[in-house]
Amino acid sequence: MASPTPVKRHHGLVRLAHWLNAILLVGMIASGLQIYAAFPHFGPRGAPYPVPNPWAGESFPEWARLGGWLAGALNWHFALAWPFVITGLVYLGFLALSGEWRSLLFRPRDVRPAVDMQLYYLRIRREHPPQGKHNALQKAAYTGIVVLGAISVLSGFAIYKPVQLSWLTALFGGYELARYWHFVTVWIFVGFTLLHVALVLLVDSASLRAIITGWYRGRFPSHG
Amino acid sequence: MADRGGVSRRDFFRLGLAAGPASLVAACGWDGGAALEPGLRAFGRVNDWVGENILLSGSRLAPEYSISQRTPAPLFPAYSITYNQKRAYPAPVAGWELEVDGEVRSPKRFTLEMLEGLPRVSYTVKHHCVEGWTAIGTWTGVPVSVVAELVRPLPAARYLRFDSFDSGYSNGWDLASAMHPQTILAYAYNDRPLTRERGAPLRLYSPVKLGYKLTKYLTTMSFTRERHGGYWEDQGYPWLAGV
Repeated sequence: MASPTPVKRHHGLVRLAHWLNAILLVGMIASGLQIYAAFPHFGPRGAPYPVPNPWAGESFPEWARLGGWLAGALNWHFALAWPFVITGLVYLGFLALSGEWRSLLFRPRDVRPAVDMQLYYLRIRREHPPQGKHNALQKAAYTGIVVLGAISVLSGFAIYKPVQLSWLTALFGGYELARYWHFVTVWIFVGFTLLHVALVLLVDSASLRAIITGWYRGRFPSHG
Repeated sequence: MADRGGVSRRDFFRLGLAAGPASLVAACGWDGGAALEPGLRAFGRVNDWVGENILLSGSRLAPEYSISQRTPAPLFPAYSITYNQKRAYPAPVAGWELEVDGEVRSPKRFTLEMLEGLPRVSYTVKHHCVEGWTAIGTWTGVPVSVVAELVRPLPAARYLRFDSFDSGYSNGWDLASAMHPQTILAYAYNDRPLTRERGAPLRLYSPVKLGYKLTKYLTTMSFTRERHGGYWEDQGYPWLAGV
């Protein structure tokens, strides 16, 4: 079943961006959770918003926090934000210039194949639907995660400079809600990562080697 | 694994190489360590520069709110270093005056009555605390820029420094934020003279900075050549702290 000839799947820039991003995201989230501890609520003083938050009034366990205290965490967060944004821009720039975006961008025509793919995963449909480098659900995930990254950065700027960038802060519903959406992106990132890793290991573990070495030698060579 | 085109032991090792630093970074509320912490703080200067030179408008005004949107005063937190140590807010000396000096042509001393006689600004704005909470209040005072005109800063003046009688609390400021039309030497909160807990008799207020930059219990405002840090800034908090 294995492909005898390995297929080149990921450009070096993509692999570098992927792993840098993984490390930076851990640092951004861990320092963010330390910052959260300084005021573990959302909404103005004395009138918190009734937004869903299982961690209202709680702090996160020590192992999940980076920075030691508020100032330390802020310095980590604002330093890592630079490479985090730059990595994202380099990745998007590469996709745009190389044409790779075509195999990743989820478009309206991917809706139908995405449904087929979901049926296959649910074992309602027997055969694996035909696909290119990525299946339609992967496209949805990899497009969605870029959008999520953009939302996390924009909501971050909205709470970093709520007066200077008041138009941006207003887009998120004001400072207090922007801070909440910034927090929500964390849990979507965490959920994405858990699902992403689980699917890699369960469905096509050869793709793990591909994102490390660039070469794919798994059971879906046509997807190369 | 192998015939599914799976992951070799070597790949797992490589994965470990990448995941190692990530988990190390996240480990145990780690503060960055003695070696990294100064570097992180120094990098804060880059963000200060961007904040001051790219993300700061000298004229954009912070939005104003209606009086009905004010945070009830008991819910608007107040603190002072002296209070944290002695459970009592600091009291001004008899005959208190504000001293304005440093790199200026004509240093001056101002009584509260003199400051109240200068052009006044009053606004109801949102206060942003570095901790992440906000509160709305009305502040009244004289713009720092008005006082600056009276003492006539020299070209050498690049920064401002605000000192207090609150156990050595102080703040260094960039000139652009200090000259912002909403940056004031405030003597009233919610239409009443400042109480001790709010920084009486005179405090700095501005909706374009985080709360810890707003020096309470003022004694001196100095124009300086060098950048002064401040009470929290010297302990690692961001210096510019512009919002």
